[in-house]
Amino acid sequence: MSIRAGASAAQTAERFAPFSARRIFVIGGIALILCGMIAGDIFAAFILHPNANRIGENLLNATRAVASHNPQAAGAAFQNIGGLLENRGTKVDAHSHMIGFGYIALLVALLQPYLAFAESVKKFLAKLFVFGAILLPVGVFLIHYVGLAGSPFAAIGWASVFADFGGFLVWVVCLCELAGMATYFRARPAIRVSDELLGDYSWAARALLSGGTLLVLIGFLHGSYYAGAHLFRYEAEDSELLSAMTTRAAAGDRAAALQAVADYGQLQGAKAVNVAAHAHVIEFGVLAILLAFFQPYVFLSERWRRTWAVVLLAGSLTLPVFVLLELQWGLLAGGLADAGGLLVIIALSAMLVGIWRYTGKLDSAAGGS
Amino acid sequence: MTTSRKLLIFGGLLLAVWGMGYGIWYAVFIEHQTLDGLGSALATGFMRAAENRMAESQAALADVAARSFVYVRQVDAHGHWIGLGLLLLILGIAFDRVGFAERVRTYIAMALLAGAIAFPFGVLLETWNRGGVPQAIAVIGSVLLILGLSGTAWGFARSDS
Repeated sequence: MSIRAGASAAQTAERFAPFSARRIFVIGGIALILCGMIAGDIFAAFILHPNANRIGENLLNATRAVASHNPQAAGAAFQNIGGLLENRGTKVDAHSHMIGFGYIALLVALLQPYLAFAESVKKFLAKLFVFGAILLPVGVFLIHYVGLAGSPFAAIGWASVFADFGGFLVWVVCLCELAGMATYFRARPAIRVSDELLGDYSWAARALLSGGTLLVLIGFLHGSYYAGAHLFRYEAEDSELLSAMTTRAAAGDRAAALQAVADYGQLQGAKAVNVAAHAHVIEFGVLAILLAFFQPYVFLSERWRRTWAVVLLAGSLTLPVFVLLELQWGLLAGGLADAGGLLVIIALSAMLVGIWRYTGKLDSAAGGS
Repeated sequence: MTTSRKLLIFGGLLLAVWGMGYGIWYAVFIEHQTLDGLGSALATGFMRAAENRMAESQAALADVAARSFVYVRQVDAHGHWIGLGLLLLILGIAFDRVGFAERVRTYIAMALLAGAIAFPFGVLLETWNRGGVPQAIAVIGSVLLILGLSGTAWGFARSDS
């Protein structure tokens, strides 16, 4: 658990002191990623999948409305679909923004020694970032439920206003951090700071770095294959099936029209699993690379640090592989994909506990000295 | 700071800023109109079919396909520029740990940066030209990225001090 970089123990303790900017960004960032992942699991199980079924039902209703020559009913079905898509979109946005802000928090934590700001300013910016990073997803989540209630605006509700404000705070903090870094490098200090986080060559850090890069590479290979082999074909099929739904239904061939709706649902499923697998494997890869930098702060024995690094990488590969197999294997693949996600959550929680223990060690040493 | 790190850190930052700027411009001036148009064209396609006005229905559905083709690529291009920019930045922070000589690291960094610029650019070009050139640019970009990432992963695995 030794730190092998040039930074002294005193420097390390100072940079990771209680309520220091780096500690707020590291713990806040990992907590945001964990909350985003857990929220994503809950949304997927209880909201997104039932929502997808309701969208399918409404598309069926629209097709039946065409068959019975009822344009009002067709229009109403699409209005329902619009509402369901908004519900789905806000849930996905809340979950993905929470995780994305967590990644940015970890990245900004790395930059803290290279900012030309006093520690009090750094702390203020860190707290502002975490506040904005919580406000935006909570606001986005509430958009569907709050709607335009009590809003003075014609098209934007209060939840949306608060979400935008949260995003604005995060953006302002990022700009300030960039300005602080530019000032630091322009000043060209005679003695450059050394950072213990950038000099850790432990097994766990190397496994996370190379494993994370491999995961990103796998995501890229899959994305390239999907774009080359399926994307254009799926787009053509999408258009053909929509056309088939309307022409068959209008011609009174209900069976063929309903079959087109079923095929359309299958096609959307195929697109969704491919995009989800591609996005998740790359996101987990980036997460592994970021976590590699923070291994010096994970106060666990070397054996456990290795174990959690391997568990995180295994879960990161399991989830996207079984997401891809969901169309062939159904619920079994879905369950295994969820198990992969759970492995990532457990490993991330364990690393957070390790970092928490490290803060306790630093604080007790500071108290004793 | 080594040349390879400079390429990745400053190239990544510039790419992310460019991607975000492009994304904001697209969201404010084009995206909402595109999404509204997509939704209304889809509803129109079904409503005209219900009224047995099939030519209008098919025209509306063709409009859906055309808008969707452009929308998917616009979102993909700006999303990939931002994502790749951040990835280059993160890799740049750790790039001294890639266990190769600086000359090799610089080639890998150049491949990553060139791929990260070219791949989304090729995707974006597809919205104006459906010929082979945009696809070729996207393919070359993704090949450069794949080679660069393979070299980086191998280099990280080799580093031991």
